[in-house]
Amino acid sequence: MGLKTPLFDTHASSGAKIVDFGGFDMPLHYGSQIEEHHRVRNDAGVFDVSHMCVIDLKGPRTREFLLYLLANDVAKLRAPGKALYSCMLNEQAGVIDDLIVYFLSEDGFRLVVNAGTRDKDLAWIRAQAGRFGVDVIERKDLAILAVQGPNARDKALRLLPEAHRAAAAALPVFSGAQLGDWFVARTGYTGEDGFELLIPATGAPKAWADLLAQGVGPAGLGARDTLRLEAGMSLYGNEMDEAENPIESGLAWTVAFTPADREFIGRAALLKIRSDQRRQLVGLLLTDRGVLRGHQTVETNRGPGSITSGGFSPTLNRSIALARLPLDAGDAVRVDVRGKLLSARVVRPPFVRNGKPLISL
Amino acid sequence: MVDVPSDLKYTKSHEWVRTLPDGRIEVGITDHAQAALGDLVFVEVPAAGRGLAAAEACAVVESVKAASDVYSPLGGTVSESNSKLADSPELLNQDPYGAGWLMRLQPSAPAAAGSLLSAAAYLKFLDEESD
Repeated sequence: MGLKTPLFDTHASSGAKIVDFGGFDMPLHYGSQIEEHHRVRNDAGVFDVSHMCVIDLKGPRTREFLLYLLANDVAKLRAPGKALYSCMLNEQAGVIDDLIVYFLSEDGFRLVVNAGTRDKDLAWIRAQAGRFGVDVIERKDLAILAVQGPNARDKALRLLPEAHRAAAAALPVFSGAQLGDWFVARTGYTGEDGFELLIPATGAPKAWADLLAQGVGPAGLGARDTLRLEAGMSLYGNEMDEAENPIESGLAWTVAFTPADREFIGRAALLKIRSDQRRQLVGLLLTDRGVLRGHQTVETNRGPGSITSGGFSPTLNRSIALARLPLDAGDAVRVDVRGKLLSARVVRPPFVRNGKPLISL
Repeated sequence: MVDVPSDLKYTKSHEWVRTLPDGRIEVGITDHAQAALGDLVFVEVPAAGRGLAAAEACAVVESVKAASDVYSPLGGTVSESNSKLADSPELLNQDPYGAGWLMRLQPSAPAAAGSLLSAAAYLKFLDEESD
């Protein structure tokens, strides 16, 4: 028996297949993972992601603290509501977690971190926050619903009171706003447009039911994983962890080396890694028949690599993967799939964005 | 409820066996197995002519989640395998006892299917397994 989100009973009573994820009993699918995947790509689906951890940071020196804590640069956050994706590194530049930080006000920022890393993240953040006088507040009172798909925003907007609808509709990409009880953010993890709704846990079952009544389909963590894989997005624990650095995990774009005088945790180690990079994260498209899976070995002309996430892409109807390979490994590689060497093409993720394949088959 | 047709035989590794009028057997995976695996996306079946020992891993079914081996319920020779599954692995989910059959086998011993589980015994086994 694991931890439960405020929507556990809702999932269980709708026949969801429940699995453990990050210590939580979560819905894997509600019948067919592939149908849920297509629903999000073509219309609108809703995921319960209340297992993720919301942390509010408060105090006049919060921005200064985050400039030190995060590998991306919160100086980029000028407009209130604006969000930034970042890694939180240790001194060796290993990834403690990846997260989204929202700029709410100068003395109030919000982090959303992964479920499985909650305890170590809170301990790390609290240990660093002390000397900045920043309060670290875990928001266990909030649930998170991710409504994703080309029709997701239209359908979700109907749940908002008239007075807040225009403001929510006008949210730019990667921004959020507190609208009454709800924090509405135009973010997600599927490669589609949509909202993430951070709402009081007590109101989550009603919001879930109301979304379904608007024709939004329930979607489980299975579809969430295939959607994010197609979108080329990293999953903590697969693409990166404390033994891996962001540069060799496809996340160099999230590290802000400039300005040169910003001292953030992990910077010195990252500069060394950058000048001596040996591996890179790439996409793979299987050209033979079969299914790529995590941990399979990839043979290249520059030595072996490894699949970090693999699976079947419902949009491309082919198997795809993310893999960490030696630099300059070329376009054609072979993957050891259950003892057979299958051919795969090295491609640049994402594979799919906004319903459209970006890779030629 | 899982579907366990009473006229078929079963294994504890969740294959079903149908005895055809010509003495060959048809093999597939059970409704319980396909439901547990989730959406199937890739199926690899053995080539015709391949000789199989009982309990030998002979086919692979891969779902969105994972790959699983299918074991030959009896010893024999593959006479035919279901070529439609290459392009339509979802047949295994939609019709596990019909269009989703995996292979047809000429058993090496006549009437060997008699040694397999009855529908009632398989249901009882599923019950015990879920406890």
